[in-house]
Amino acid sequence: MKRMMVVAFVVTLALAFVFFLSAAMLELAPAAIDLRVPVSAHLTESGVSHPVTAVLLNYRGYDTLLEIAVLLLALVAILAVVGEAPVAPSRAAHPVLQTLGRLVTPLMVVVAVYLLWAGAFRPGGAFQAGAVLAAAAVLLHLVGLLAGWSSPRLRLRIGLAAGFALFLAVAAALLKQGSLLQYPPDAAGTLILLIECGLTVSLALILAGLFLFLAREEGA
Amino acid sequence: MNEPLIDPLVWLILLPLAWATLAFVLGPGRGGWLAIAGLVAQCWLAFNLAQQVSAGVAVVHAVGGWGAPLGIDLAVDGLSAAMLLLTQTVALPLAIYARSYFKASDPAGAGFWPLTGFLIAGMNALFVSADLFNLYVTLELVGLAAVGLVAAGGGAQQVAAALRYLFATLVGSGAYLLGVALIYGVYGTVSIATLLPLVTNEVPRLVWIASALIVSGLILKTALFPFHFWLPPAHGGAPAPVSALLSALVVKASFYLILRLWLGPLQSVLPAFGWLLALLGAAAIFWGSWQAIRAVKLKRLIAYSTVAQLGYLFLIFPLLAAPAALQAAVMQAFAHGLAKAGMFAAAGVLIKATGQDTVAGLAGAVERLPVTMFAFALSGITLMGLPPSSGFLAKWQIIQAALAQGHWIIVVVVLAGGLLAAVYVFRVLRLGFLSTPENVTFTPVSRVLEWSAFALAAASVLLGLRGVELIQLLGART
Amino acid sequence: MTTGFVFAITGGALFALGAAGIVLIGDLMRRILAFNLMGSGAFLVLVGLAQRYDVADPVPHAMVLTGIVVAVAATALALALVRKLHALTGEIELPDDADE
Repeated sequence: MKRMMVVAFVVTLALAFVFFLSAAMLELAPAAIDLRVPVSAHLTESGVSHPVTAVLLNYRGYDTLLEIAVLLLALVAILAVVGEAPVAPSRAAHPVLQTLGRLVTPLMVVVAVYLLWAGAFRPGGAFQAGAVLAAAAVLLHLVGLLAGWSSPRLRLRIGLAAGFALFLAVAAALLKQGSLLQYPPDAAGTLILLIECGLTVSLALILAGLFLFLAREEGA
Repeated sequence: MNEPLIDPLVWLILLPLAWATLAFVLGPGRGGWLAIAGLVAQCWLAFNLAQQVSAGVAVVHAVGGWGAPLGIDLAVDGLSAAMLLLTQTVALPLAIYARSYFKASDPAGAGFWPLTGFLIAGMNALFVSADLFNLYVTLELVGLAAVGLVAAGGGAQQVAAALRYLFATLVGSGAYLLGVALIYGVYGTVSIATLLPLVTNEVPRLVWIASALIVSGLILKTALFPFHFWLPPAHGGAPAPVSALLSALVVKASFYLILRLWLGPLQSVLPAFGWLLALLGAAAIFWGSWQAIRAVKLKRLIAYSTVAQLGYLFLIFPLLAAPAALQAAVMQAFAHGLAKAGMFAAAGVLIKATGQDTVAGLAGAVERLPVTMFAFALSGITLMGLPPSSGFLAKWQIIQAALAQGHWIIVVVVLAGGLLAAVYVFRVLRLGFLSTPENVTFTPVSRVLEWSAFALAAASVLLGLRGVELIQLLGART
Repeated sequence: MTTGFVFAITGGALFALGAAGIVLIGDLMRRILAFNLMGSGAFLVLVGLAQRYDVADPVPHAMVLTGIVVAVAATALALALVRKLHALTGEIELPDDADE
């Protein structure tokens, strides 16, 4: 009985919320500030030619820095939770699947490299590339060609942290220019590409790790 | 103005990120000395920044050189400088405490240093950010780090508590994010400085909905009654240094954000919620104190005390017309931060030494752990609001502000809260000081643990004597 | 009513659905799904309101990219915790908090 009342209350609240939100949205006028103007005005000195990439890695690059920190942090937290439980043995899948995995993985690597490079002038970039690489690793694990990961050794830890550390180092070094992450206009493109390369490697390892570090034995 | 290369504002964020990453690379359980060295530097930077702000320097840092609304701005005024000081000065003794607390192979200590580094970095970034979306990212940084700290190396109860905390914090930041999305939709910017002149007395309905979402999300993260359900299991079940960090610092971050928005861009909208927040704060004081009086486990008692003490912070919202109310809120944040950190640290020592985690289990503990019991007593003095502690100063300022505006009901609530706090504090002190110890074996505990707990508790009392300087710092608001 | 508003209203509905789900559902895996729904709703509102102009505003798109990464990190942590809880207790729902 109490449960039904709680459900009824929450559902009514949700419905009322959607109703009022929709009504309020429909009476919305154009916004006072239009950021499209300064975004395109400074696009040439931002070092990239796609506006979203410019916002992500230059104008609001500080958000990106903190977001990588969040991802690395999640990995550290997962490692602390999982602890030293033994890795579950990998199960080999059907040979057709394994062959398919072997064929598709190099293609995925090529796509990832393209996405990284294309990010400067069309949708793409480090996150997308890193995600594709991580997906390749997960695919290999699912077909039994890549074992789950146990607690990372020093080399893997360095790989996981390197992208973020590089980003942090570049951000700090750029303080000489006057403020955090202030790219000099002539070197902006190169620096952004450098940061994205480091990020791609680390992101691939972190995202793959989010999956592969959890491949532990049940009941452990 | 400082050279950008040694700008304390920026390094307060970069430094903890750096030592957190390094601690991760060094391996599980390593990095304690690195954290302590980093925190010493950060304390110095925070004091430096506070001095700059007191001298009237406008501290603003446009990240990337773009400036709001295109880029992200970082800004420090008296309130931010005070919160930064609180964070560094509480974190340093806790780091020293934690280094001795976690034995080398303790699974709970495995990720402690990198997680704590990210937590402190997130908090510092939160206190200086002047961009609503950037604040969302910092909120998540702090929230996920806190959840990780609660869950690390724990058993079923700890993991369940961490999950409950995680869901609560994610709903909170999700609501905040939707609010920010709506504000961007209305005004086209998320920069606090740019929004300030735009949000006038006549706001579209969407801004009301956005403000309600933002405040709801933030009070869920601050564990205000009735959204406090996640706090007692999380703070009560985590290892002592983690409980201390969470109760003393993490919950203050989302409260600071409500205050910042109240005094800043949403100042024409949020005051409508003032009495609702005060009512919930009063309910928190009574409910939290009642549960603390009834609690069986020691850390659960202290966690419920946090629920109650957070209620005082929300009593000030209807009173913010007077400057004394803002000073009261910050003083209460400091008082509770230092006292609660000391209290959890002392509890950690007691539990380690006696091997029991119930309140009854620390009967007669003063015979073997006098420093620790004295630390607990000093923290209790601050929580009860007895002079000359900073807790007394905070409550005195709330009462002054309430009387000046004729809201005597708030005075009644503050006094009643102090009495209730006395009940649960004396419950512990009576057992610790007066009872005879049962058949309990006392394992010896490192002196570092006892004295760092004592330092925090003593600081909470001594701050009451130097409260004037803190108030002057707050006066420097640009 | 342009397509941007359709997306935004849908986003609001998804958000409400997800939030109600987290509060009401007991099964932990479904609660994680509800959280993702909630996040997607907020992102849809951001992007929808950005697309109500003829040329879309790029800043909310970048914010959504950041938000997606943060949501992935949070989901991963939640999944790890749920797995650990299941490994320790065999339960897939949160136990009632024994008030002590």
